[in-house]
Amino acid sequence: MREMNGFDEEQIGRLLRLLPPAPEGWVRAAQELPAARAMLDEIVARAEQDAAFRLQLQADLERAVAAAGYDPSPFIVSRLRRLLEAV
Amino acid sequence: MAVEQTDAQLVSRCRDGDPAAWNEFVERFSRYVYAICGRGFRLAQHDAEDVFQEVFARAFERLPELRSDDAVRPWLAQLTRRLCIDRLRLNARDMPSETEPDEREVDDVLSQLDDAMSVRAALDKVGDPCREILDRFFCRDESYRTIGELLELPAGTIASRISRCLEKVRGELDGRSRASRPS
Repeated sequence: MREMNGFDEEQIGRLLRLLPPAPEGWVRAAQELPAARAMLDEIVARAEQDAAFRLQLQADLERAVAAAGYDPSPFIVSRLRRLLEAV
Repeated sequence: MAVEQTDAQLVSRCRDGDPAAWNEFVERFSRYVYAICGRGFRLAQHDAEDVFQEVFARAFERLPELRSDDAVRPWLAQLTRRLCIDRLRLNARDMPSETEPDEREVDDVLSQLDDAMSVRAALDKVGDPCREILDRFFCRDESYRTIGELLELPAGTIASRISRCLEKVRGELDGRSRASRPS
């Protein structure tokens, strides 16, 4: 740990100001990653086994994801696009 | 005083698949990652959001590979830094006027943010109500009046409470420093 006992109250206040909260929506999205990850794994596994579903995803990713009953959030769509390139 | 969990303990719980641990992990490091994107690299908000999500996505995937659980903070800083630079380089292809900040400047900002995280950890240890009062005043820029209304305290007493809470954080930092010094 760095030597911290040199800080007076003013410096402590100044340092606290450097760390405002990240936007709530960003934090929530990051916290939902484990669930999103499970969803992504499921979609990719289905795409690997189901050629028709894979074609739908290639044609219109967002719509195919929604039609399959998943939430096509921007994060899911962008992550999925990357994963499907490898399928 | 609040019960404090070390970074290493938190990482270990994440690795064990404890769902609450990941929420705490994001909560603990979200300000740090956000500040590196904003203060360190001055990314526009939409770029910062992409980098922020990518950092946590990669952290989630690669946490099991982390060699030392204690090193999670510098590991996250390095990951964020690399992704910010990638983003700036990508943007520079479309908009050549976008330049990367000077490396030494970024190092300075990261060093200050490291200190800020240590202060934040001390504040977590001190716990509420100090944590809430100082967070609202310094991090959320709320006025004495707003804080007083939210916490149902007379606005006139907020300044003195802030001062007392800062003393407590200082005491906590001094205690940590003494504890970490070789005897």
